[in-house]
Amino acid sequence: MQENGLIAIVKRDCPTCVMIAPVLQEILQSNELTIYTQDDPGFPEGIEGISDDTSLDASYRLNVEIVPTLVRFERGVEISRTYGWDRAEWEKVVGTTGLGMSLPDFKPGCGALNQEQDRLADLRIRHGDTPMTSRLVPLGAKEDAIEACYERGWSDGLPVVPPTQERVLAMLEGTTRDAEELMGLMPSNLDPCTVEKVAINAVMAGCRPEYMPVVLAAIEAVLEDDYCLHGTLATTRFVGPVVIVNGPIARQIGMNGQGNVLGQGNRANATIGRAVQLAVRNIGGGKPQGVDRATLGNPGKLSYCFCEDEEGSAWEPFTVDRGLAPGTNAVTVFAGYGLQGVIDDRARSPEQLVQTFATSLLAVDNIHKVPGPDCLLVVCPEHERTLMEGGWDKARLHAEIMSRMQVPAEDVMRGAHGMAEGVSPELAGTSVSKLLPTGLMIVRAGGGAGKFSGIIPGWTPGTPTSSRPVTKEIKT
Amino acid sequence: MTLSLMDPTGERETGERARLARPQSLDGLTVGVLDISKIRGDVFVEEVAKLLEGRGIAVKRYRKPTVSRTAPKAIEQAIVDEVDVVVEGLAD
Repeated sequence: MQENGLIAIVKRDCPTCVMIAPVLQEILQSNELTIYTQDDPGFPEGIEGISDDTSLDASYRLNVEIVPTLVRFERGVEISRTYGWDRAEWEKVVGTTGLGMSLPDFKPGCGALNQEQDRLADLRIRHGDTPMTSRLVPLGAKEDAIEACYERGWSDGLPVVPPTQERVLAMLEGTTRDAEELMGLMPSNLDPCTVEKVAINAVMAGCRPEYMPVVLAAIEAVLEDDYCLHGTLATTRFVGPVVIVNGPIARQIGMNGQGNVLGQGNRANATIGRAVQLAVRNIGGGKPQGVDRATLGNPGKLSYCFCEDEEGSAWEPFTVDRGLAPGTNAVTVFAGYGLQGVIDDRARSPEQLVQTFATSLLAVDNIHKVPGPDCLLVVCPEHERTLMEGGWDKARLHAEIMSRMQVPAEDVMRGAHGMAEGVSPELAGTSVSKLLPTGLMIVRAGGGAGKFSGIIPGWTPGTPTSSRPVTKEIKT
Repeated sequence: MTLSLMDPTGERETGERARLARPQSLDGLTVGVLDISKIRGDVFVEEVAKLLEGRGIAVKRYRKPTVSRTAPKAIEQAIVDEVDVVVEGLAD
């Protein structure tokens, strides 16, 4: 950039720039003026020595927002600037009078090309003007980017979106949190988990930037000691993080809490859960058959994320059960697996339906496993209606299920019904509970047709030494 | 210009350290037994401890508070400071 004199930045595509081209000629007659053109080095015609700024590097360094822009430098320091066409302002910057007398006094300019979102991102990256600090991994000239991610062990088995700087920078635009913010140490390697590292994995998962607040809250939740990420990863059992989203943000980012809620087909549901799992894999090193010792695992370990159907339900949101105010944006993570369907087409009263829910819960894992794992009961709309019509709210349902979780020890004892698994014979004569008092959570989700609810079983009974669900408010 | 990707990993390589050579004999050494709180792990390590003590070998007993979490640093440090060899039961 020059030490002294005037700089003008223009583009042919701007009618104001075209209009003031003769003014630039006037200025050149008695001033040192450098003209940068953003889109056509041949513009303005008839002027020698136009500086080609189709790279937009000069415009970026000058932080031009509008064209035309006129800037004056003295001893390398900018001392005045104007933009658009305003005769009085131009005369002040140039230090003269009588400029462009055949023109109107004022005409607004146009947006500068360097401010267009895609180009601005490229410029920030090219000028090293981003907060990103992760190592760059250069690929070979003929290396396929998706295959490269597989070869480096970054994929969960499905293709990932290659995490280019442009994509990660765009992902970081989805949060107001600093890229370098340390969220915690990610088990099992206990490597630093920064917002930037999460953003890279969110790109790979296929997230849109507006999902970032949800992804970050879910990561915060799994990093809480209560969730016990190391243990749920290293276990031979089935579980992975199940992410439940509540609050208006679910609708704002287009999540699905209705038909096929636990299935495929919704980008936000599919990619938020995947981003969490990719972050665990890549940042923490939790790879299957490595630290992840699961015997069978479950398909939800690719992604297991959904939102509650708050709009379609008469119940208070699940987050209220978790101690938050209605309408709060929040995620809850629960170490869970699979889905045990609960079908009841014939129940017409809450009393009938709760029997189905209770007997299904008693069978989780193994009917002789008492206590069994914490469970998330996903109640479908038609079953909610049966309960509502019978005058039961969610609290009543919870209480009625819990009152049916006590079973005689003899029924679930080792050796009973020819099964070796079971509770200790020392408990004979007592009753035992399938669920801990804190072991049942209820959410409402699913499509409008079908009396099909479901149970998402957890890892183990949720004691302080095991894994317990964690709810985190989403910071937007 | 070739494409560059941003590294999604923790960017730290896990160091590999050679294991200490197994001692030829336990004579004069102190053996630690670590119960990781896995079901019946206590039975296993206690049996090992008694067998060792029956041979006149000094034994120190340790217990992790829970199988689901890594050992607290204090236990790791005590084992490093107090014993020459450690035995633990990993699974039920």
